[in-house]
Amino acid sequence: MVEEAFETFREWIDNRHKYAKAWKERTGNKIVGYFCTYVPEEILYATNILPVRILGSHEPPTVTEPYIFAMFCHLCRDCLAQGLKGKFDYLDGIVEGQSCLHLRQAFNAWRLHIPIDYTHWIHVPHGIQTPHAVPFLTQELAKFKRSLEKWTGKKITNEDLDRGIKILNRNRELMRRVYEYRKLDNPKITGLEVMEMVLSSQMTDKEEHSKLLEQLLRELPNRKLNRNLGVRLMIIGSEDDDRLFMKNVEDLGATFVIDEHCTGSRYLWDDVVPSEDRLLAIATRYIHRVPCPSKDWPKFTRIQHAVNLAKQFKAQGALVIQNKFCDPHGIEVPPLRESLKDIGVPTYPLEFDVTVPWGQFRTRVEAFLETLTGLEELF
Amino acid sequence: MTEIKKYPTELLKCWNEGKNLRKSYYDDYLRAHEKGGIRWAGGAWTFSSIPAGLGEDVYCITGEPYGATIAFFKDFAAQCHDAVEAAGFPRTLCAYMRNYWGAILLDKHVLTDGTVVEGAPIPDFIWQDHICCSHGKWYQVVKWLEKKKGKDVPMYCVDVSVGYAGPNEKIEDYKVNYIIQQLNDGIDWLEKVTGREYNDKLLCDAVWNEIKATSLWAEICSLNKAIPAPLDEKSMYSLYVMATLIKHRPECVAFYETLRDEVKDRANRGIAATPYERFRVITDTQPPWGFLKVFREMEKYGVVSLGSLYTFGLIGMWEFKSDGTWAPKTLPEKKPQTREEALRAIVEWTLHKPEWAHFYRPELKTQMMKEIVDQWKVNAVLLHYNRGCEGLSVHIAENRLGLLDAGIPVFPFEGNMGDEREFDFAGTMARLTAFFESMGLKKLKE
Repeated sequence: MVEEAFETFREWIDNRHKYAKAWKERTGNKIVGYFCTYVPEEILYATNILPVRILGSHEPPTVTEPYIFAMFCHLCRDCLAQGLKGKFDYLDGIVEGQSCLHLRQAFNAWRLHIPIDYTHWIHVPHGIQTPHAVPFLTQELAKFKRSLEKWTGKKITNEDLDRGIKILNRNRELMRRVYEYRKLDNPKITGLEVMEMVLSSQMTDKEEHSKLLEQLLRELPNRKLNRNLGVRLMIIGSEDDDRLFMKNVEDLGATFVIDEHCTGSRYLWDDVVPSEDRLLAIATRYIHRVPCPSKDWPKFTRIQHAVNLAKQFKAQGALVIQNKFCDPHGIEVPPLRESLKDIGVPTYPLEFDVTVPWGQFRTRVEAFLETLTGLEELF
Repeated sequence: MTEIKKYPTELLKCWNEGKNLRKSYYDDYLRAHEKGGIRWAGGAWTFSSIPAGLGEDVYCITGEPYGATIAFFKDFAAQCHDAVEAAGFPRTLCAYMRNYWGAILLDKHVLTDGTVVEGAPIPDFIWQDHICCSHGKWYQVVKWLEKKKGKDVPMYCVDVSVGYAGPNEKIEDYKVNYIIQQLNDGIDWLEKVTGREYNDKLLCDAVWNEIKATSLWAEICSLNKAIPAPLDEKSMYSLYVMATLIKHRPECVAFYETLRDEVKDRANRGIAATPYERFRVITDTQPPWGFLKVFREMEKYGVVSLGSLYTFGLIGMWEFKSDGTWAPKTLPEKKPQTREEALRAIVEWTLHKPEWAHFYRPELKTQMMKEIVDQWKVNAVLLHYNRGCEGLSVHIAENRLGLLDAGIPVFPFEGNMGDEREFDFAGTMARLTAFFESMGLKKLKE
């Protein structure tokens, strides 16, 4: 069953568009695409709308040249390319929660050039360390809720919001339980499998995803991975859904035991704590969640979180990745590396593009792994 | 053979006044402690009128103009880039930011005449705002770098990323209040970190200066509608910069009043910025500062750049009037008298900054550019796809499409405002001259 579950996660990713179209056909409900994990999916679930994250295909996004200056990151260009190519033709709307300058261009170019019924931009504040951010976002969420009500013609009640909160919290909690098995001396899952679990949760109906997670968790304690653990690695940095890279690194004699990505732990680390004012509760979660570096100032709270993760999951080394042109993550590379070094976790930086030059990366990663395993491994 | 008309030209009389003002600004910051004063660092867009309430002896250095100054002195800029890359930062980051960090890492400081002195001055505190991905992060790293040198610099940063109202839309109260609340907290913070008592009267004066200075600059830019243009963009760079340094100071207001009167006089008398104006262009975003000779090369074709949304609206405040024209923003009815009035006035004023529109809706920037083309009688737009500044390059490709849709000739070129390695002068000039020739222009005889 465990293998079947991971196979299903993989299949959902590989056939994400087929899945979404079938879901729409089956339910008759709307599907909304989003770019950044700052979009509060709880409110979309409350409206019986399926939120799906728009991600790229890792093919050169040449069709975006007229719309986005190529010095912006490959993710935003690759996302837009999917829209321009019609891959997301089943979407009824797009929503974005304000994050970096890059993704907003994908959102706006989509809004301007791809026919779509509904668009909405949420001004998720950047000043998440100010106490005024939560009330501000609460107002923004109220506006978002009204906008959805107008679009769908359906009132969103407190019960609806409770349901949305419950669906999201449940899914996050189950995935965090899977993460616990990465802490073991012999983790029961690989980094690739975890990435596929989280990615698929961003593309599918979370209730269905959670059912599969429940089945997985029943049998995961008995699983034995038929592979060498190798070096316990952490991977941290910009948005990363490069599954091939994960597989290739783990094939070199390593296991990713923890990540700090928005396609990984950052997506699921924090829950909504229910309260009478549902929108306030949701806003609190999105302000106080593990932040994207674009919002994390003046203190480096994410770096401290990453340090804690490295300790808890006993990482021996970390690959620090930055998507080329991703300023928020690029800016944090030296402070992050220094903080991990201070706790005895060596790091190695890699710059990602739409495709990664695995030939070069292999040599570099192998050399890094050798430095972690010690000289005795070499002779 | 058609005779090329030659317009009369004159040097700007107030040029040296502006130059001295800039020099004093940097000297004051450098010697603030010798004078018993305090100094702070922050961005050119930050609410500089707020720290002004701490006293008359408070001096600042704004990061972007300082980053541009470094860029102008290419040898020192190259050293800064090397230092930043050696420290592990990517070379794709904001070029101003890298120049600024580089000076800290090298522990050197460049003066306005290009002299490099030992010892990068450390600010007493950081006062910043954040709309672009790099703003808050820039000074977060400054704080981190200074800390490594043993100095703990307090930092406060105001989030202004609340959106932009269209020409006929009102900014919602909760957005204005969000920023006012942060500024109120900021004033408490300033008192705490400096140990000084805050003076609301000084705040009100500074806010009113800022409002006047930024409207005055727009008024000056409006005078460039005249044919021939009394100012060219290369000169305007040395003039608009005053409001990126000291927009809250009375000296800035006084200088812009003098400049406004002089430019008005030049326009009335037909005094041109360049003698052979026959083709009017505007640019977009910051220029490659190490290569301002591009503008001189353009003059050889009789081309004058009379500004840009960047030079007009980075600091200048504008609005769409009821008849649809784009014009200097009308001043509030009265000067603020209390802290509450002052904070509300400056927040409501600042949230209409033209150069903030494109962060959210590229159509609004395109609309403003089209208005400039129409009202300033512009023949073509030169779009600088600026690899050095994400913030001002956001959505620039959409602006290109919008201008082309309106039938406006557009010349896009790629470069970097602060990193000479990313600007191909010869290649750009070859393409630019080909563009001019496609517009029917030939090089004027020497």
